[in-house]
Amino acid sequence: MIEFHLDSRSGVSPYQQIVQQVRHALRLGVLEPGDQLPTVKDVVATLAINPNTVLKAYRELEHSGLVAGRPGVGTFVTASLSDAPLAAQVPLRRELERWLVKARSAGLDDESIEALFRDSFRSASARDIA
Amino acid sequence: MISALTATGLGKCFGRKWALRDCTVEIEQGRVAGLVGPNGAGKSTLLNLMAGLLAPSEGSLEVAGNRPAIDEEQLGRVGFLAQDSPVYASLTVADHLRFGAHMNPRWDRAFAQERVTAIDLDPKQRAGKLSGGQRAQLALTIALAKRPELLLLDEPVASLDPLARREFLAALAAYVAEHGISVVLSSHLVADLERVCDFLVLLSAARVQLAEDVDTLLARHRRIFGPRRDLDRLPSDLRVVWSSHTDKQTTAVVRTDGPVLDPAWQIEELTLEDVVLAYMGGSAEAEPPARPKLGVAR
Repeated sequence: MIEFHLDSRSGVSPYQQIVQQVRHALRLGVLEPGDQLPTVKDVVATLAINPNTVLKAYRELEHSGLVAGRPGVGTFVTASLSDAPLAAQVPLRRELERWLVKARSAGLDDESIEALFRDSFRSASARDIA
Repeated sequence: MISALTATGLGKCFGRKWALRDCTVEIEQGRVAGLVGPNGAGKSTLLNLMAGLLAPSEGSLEVAGNRPAIDEEQLGRVGFLAQDSPVYASLTVADHLRFGAHMNPRWDRAFAQERVTAIDLDPKQRAGKLSGGQRAQLALTIALAKRPELLLLDEPVASLDPLARREFLAALAAYVAEHGISVVLSSHLVADLERVCDFLVLLSAARVQLAEDVDTLLARHRRIFGPRRDLDRLPSDLRVVWSSHTDKQTTAVVRTDGPVLDPAWQIEELTLEDVVLAYMGGSAEAEPPARPKLGVAR
């Protein structure tokens, strides 16, 4: 089971945040097919949000074929999003961490690191498309 | 389909002063509707009209499918929690539950008992000795145990600290998730209502400025800014809610059903608070002048 949290300053609507958190957990393999999502009542009682917000998020996840609701039981994960198996992510993460150390010792602060990453990511994606 | 609230041309005046005027609003059943506006905007007046504690001076109103407080059955359908969670200071928690059971034909004894245990209230404690948060939870328990179809809450969290505020709204939201009742709650702080409401009614100067589904409302409002220009020449599908000019720049909050197409503008999404503040900022145009619509050349 996962637990949702909301960032009220992110500018992302609460229902989008729930969708993103589920997708994120699926991508990282934290959630796998068969796992249950928290019930609407539980989410609402922890986050003090409108029940329709949760229902809307779950409906969207259902539409993208990631979860399915079983009436009276709950909502369950039906698909996975982690295209690279978890095992492949470990060395990648380690490499990234080594790179972060290098970037810091080169004098980059967090903001510059993020900007550099985003920029390289964008230009790499642009190359892929071209 | 029965609506939680249908008001048509509703108004209430005290002496010569209108506390609420031209109020035409419909709220569907199952909504959690937030009633926001500055102090004195007419929020309490509207809630008191809905509860049947005040009679309209003009117009008509139905709550949960009937006129407010018209008979005993209707009284049972609508719960009302007045400002500052009123409880009887000298009565104990258990006395309150007995009193509630006596006064309400649809009283749910098991639910009341369960909730008092869940929120850790000592039945022998006098209500006057409870903390603000506990008092609010006790009042909410009584309001819910009467099993209303529509619950009206007047500034329920205004006097609570942030934790108690959160716990109160969480308890309310959980009850709504389970029982699907309609709720109308007021606050002069949008931030309190932002998460829990899916419908917003904005009152200002005794009038309804906005009454809409929260997601729709957010999708339809944008902040646009760019080099200074005359807003009268904006395309007709943009309605200016608020605007501000410096010698170089123009900033505006606009309402639109479609995208903002003019590339001269930078566009930002707004939070609920931004939208509410824009409407309360006052420079709204009552009657937008006729303007050409900007389209895409195909």
